[in-house]
Amino acid sequence: MAALVGGKVRGSLENMDYEITKAFASDLMSDVLREDMDDTVLITGLCNIQTIRTADMAELRIAILSRGKVADDEMVEMAEDNGLTIIESPFTTFRISGLLYDAGLQPFY
Amino acid sequence: MHYTFKIEQGNFTDAGQASSSVKRTMKQLGVRPENIKRTVVALFEAEINAVAHAYGGQIDVDIDGEKIVMVVADKGPGIPNIDLAMQEGYSTASPQVREMGYGAGMGLPNIKKNTDDLKIDTTVGVGTTVTMTVYLNN
Repeated sequence: MAALVGGKVRGSLENMDYEITKAFASDLMSDVLREDMDDTVLITGLCNIQTIRTADMAELRIAILSRGKVADDEMVEMAEDNGLTIIESPFTTFRISGLLYDAGLQPFY
Repeated sequence: MHYTFKIEQGNFTDAGQASSSVKRTMKQLGVRPENIKRTVVALFEAEINAVAHAYGGQIDVDIDGEKIVMVVADKGPGIPNIDLAMQEGYSTASPQVREMGYGAGMGLPNIKKNTDDLKIDTTVGVGTTVTMTVYLNN
C-alpha cells in the first residue's frame, strides 16, 4: 500500500499483512470516531498527536498522511506504542483515494 | 475499581490520556472488544469536549463486572441549549479546536450513540457534568 501511494512507512511495522477492505478520508476526527473502522485505512491531512490518539480509539491499524505531511517524533513514538502504521504520502487526499479505489478498496457508503 | 484523571484547559497534547488509560485497563480485564470501543469513543469525545470548551475539570471512572460509569465534570461556560448541542453538525468550537481535527459537531451525538445511559447536567457560566454508563454484558 505504501508503494501505491508513494509513501514512507513509519510507526509500527506490525501491520504489513493486515488485510484492508475499506478506506475513509477525513480531517475531522469525530467523523472518524463515528464509523466502524475495522479493516479500514484512514487517509487524512490532519497531522498532529490527536490523529494518533483518534486512530487508537477507533482501533485503526493504518493511517495515511496526505499532502506531504510528516509525523513528528511524538506521533511516531505513540504510533509504535499503539501498533499503528503511519504512511506519509506526498500525494493529495483525492489522489490517494483514487489510487486506493482503483486498487479495490471500498467506501463506507 | 475507581480511577480519577485531571482535565487541563486547551491541553490537546495530553487530551485522550484518560481514554487511553481506561482502554488499557479494560483490555487487561478482558472486556469484550466492542464494549471497549464504545466506552473509549464516548469517553474520548467527552474528554475532548472538556479540554476544548471548559476551564478544567475531572474525570471519574468506576468499573465493575457489570458496567462502567464515567463522569466528566468541568468548570466552564456550560451548554446553553442541549437540544441544539445534541444535533449532528452543530458546533461552537474555536478555530484552534478545529485545527486539532475537532469541532465537527459530532461529539455529543457520538457519546449518545456509544453509551447505554447518558445524563448531562449543565449550568451556564458554571460548568457541565456528563455521566455516561456502558453495560458490559450486552
